[in-house]
Amino acid sequence: MTVLGKFAKATLPAAYAPPGDPVAIRLVRPSAAKPRRLGRIRIPRLARRVVGPVLVLIAWQLACTEGVFTSVEVASPIAVIDAARELWSQDVLQTNMLISLQRVAEGLVVGVAAGVALAVLCGLFWVGEDLIDPVIQAARAVPILGLIPLVIIWFGVGEFPKVFLIALGCTFPVYINTYAAIRGVDVKLVEAGQTFGLTRPGLVRQVILPGALPGFLVGLRFALVGCWLVDVVAEEINAQSGLGYLINQAQTTDRTDIMFLCLAIYAILGLVADTIVRTLERYLLVWRRGFQGA
Amino acid sequence: MTTEVQAAANTAVFASGVTRTFAGRAVLRGLGISIAPGEFVALLGRSGTGKSTLLRILGGLDPDYGGEVLVPQRRAVVFQEPRLLPWQRVLPNVALGLKPTGPNERGVLRQRSLSALSEVGLASHARAWPVTLSGGEAQRVALARALVREPQLMLLDEPFGALDALTRARMHRLLQDLCARHRPAVLLVTHDVDEAILLADRVLVLTNGVITVDLQVRLDRPRDRGHAEFTALRTRLLEELGAAAE
Repeated sequence: MTVLGKFAKATLPAAYAPPGDPVAIRLVRPSAAKPRRLGRIRIPRLARRVVGPVLVLIAWQLACTEGVFTSVEVASPIAVIDAARELWSQDVLQTNMLISLQRVAEGLVVGVAAGVALAVLCGLFWVGEDLIDPVIQAARAVPILGLIPLVIIWFGVGEFPKVFLIALGCTFPVYINTYAAIRGVDVKLVEAGQTFGLTRPGLVRQVILPGALPGFLVGLRFALVGCWLVDVVAEEINAQSGLGYLINQAQTTDRTDIMFLCLAIYAILGLVADTIVRTLERYLLVWRRGFQGA
Repeated sequence: MTTEVQAAANTAVFASGVTRTFAGRAVLRGLGISIAPGEFVALLGRSGTGKSTLLRILGGLDPDYGGEVLVPQRRAVVFQEPRLLPWQRVLPNVALGLKPTGPNERGVLRQRSLSALSEVGLASHARAWPVTLSGGEAQRVALARALVREPQLMLLDEPFGALDALTRARMHRLLQDLCARHRPAVLLVTHDVDEAILLADRVLVLTNGVITVDLQVRLDRPRDRGHAEFTALRTRLLEELGAAAE
C-alpha cells in the first residue's frame, strides 16, 4: 500500500497540480542505449562464440568421469579424441571421411544447381510455374529416405544412388527459397532495368538473380545440413564406406566412442558449412543494410 | 514503317488518339501530344489524371494502349524514386544496360559513366553502395544513369517530389544545366506548377484524359519566380488545375 501510494505520487503530479503552478517536465534521452561503462573489456567475437561449446564439452567430460554415464552409454570427449587417434593411425578415419565428403560435395553441386535452375525456370516463365512447380511441390512431400529401397532397385548399391539421394535432398530447399525470392524481387527495379535497355538475359543476370540471392543463401543453409542427413542414412543402409558406415560398424562392436566421434565430425562439418555461408553472405550481401540485431 | 520514321523526322515525340483503360475506367481518352527535339515540356495534372500512365506508355513500360505513339530509340526515364540496383555500386548502376560493342568499348563506357557522374557532382561516389547515399544523391545518380546514354528523349516522372525544398532547388539548376548541354527532348511530369514554369519551354495540363492547356513559356532563363509574367502564368495554370476539380 505504501509502495503504491509512492508510485501514484511520482507519476501523476502533472494532472493533479493546481493550475498556474509550474510543473517541471522530466526529460529523458530518446534512445534506450545504456551509458557506457568505463573500463569495459572488449572480448573478440570468435572467443565469445567459442565459450558456449567449450562449457558443454567440460560438462560432458565431467559427467563421464563422475560416473553419471557408463562408457558404453556415452563416450567422454577424451575417449572420443583417443578413438580419433586410433582410427587415424589405421587410416580408417581419413578414407571414410573423404569418401563421405566427396559424395556430399557431388550431391550438393548437382542438387544446388538443379534447385537454382528449376527456380529460375518457374520464377521466370508462366509455363514453368504452371507445369513444373506443382510436380516439385508434390515430389517435395515424399520423404527422401523412404525412396532408399526404390533407389537401390533402380540404381543398385554403387556411388550413383547415394549421390542421387543427396542431390535430391539439396534440390528442394534451394528451389523453394530461390523461387520465393525471385517472386519477391522488386518490380520497380525490373522496370528500371527494362527502360535502360536490359534484355531478358541481362535482366535475369543483373536484376533478378542478385535480388534473389538472399533467399538462395537461406536455401543453401538448409541444403548444407540436409545433405549430411541424407548421406549418413544412405551410408548406414547400403555402403561399405563413409562416416555412416563407420557408425553402423561401431554399433555391431559396441564402440560408443567411434559413434560419438562420427557424430562429432558431423557437428564440426556443420560448423564449417555455417562459417562458409556466413562468409559468403558477408561478401555477396555487402550491399544490404539489414537489421543487425538490437 | 518508313512513313512513321518520316513523320517523326522533326519531332521527338508524336502521339495521337492515345487511349488507356484500366479495368473499364478510361484514363486517357484520345490524347494527342508532340514534342520537338530539344524541347522541354512539363506535364501538369491533378493526381490520378493519368500523367504517369502517359509517361509509362512513352517509356515503353505499358504496351496496352490504343492509338499511335512514336518515340526515339534512345530514351531514358528518371522515376520518382531513384530505383538503383542495391547490389551494384554507383558506377555500374550508371552503366546499367550499356552494351560494349567492341574490345575496347568496356573502358570507354566506364569513362563515359564516370564523366556522367562527375556532371552530377558525384564522381567521388563511384564506388559507394546505393544504400549509403542520401535521397538527393541517389536521385542525382539516377539522373547520371539517364544522361550517360545520351537520350534523345528524357522522361522525368516527378523526379524531385521526394526531395526537400533546398535539394530540389539545386536539382532544378542541375537539370537546366544538363539539358542546356545535352539538348534532349524532355517530358517532365509534375504536380508542382512553379517547377513546371521554372523549367519548361511549354506547359501542358492533362484533364479528363486529354490535354486541355498548351502554353508556351516565353521567359528568359534563369527565371525569376517573382516576375510578373511568371506570376500570371502561375495564376492561369492554377485556375486551370482548380477548374478541373469542379
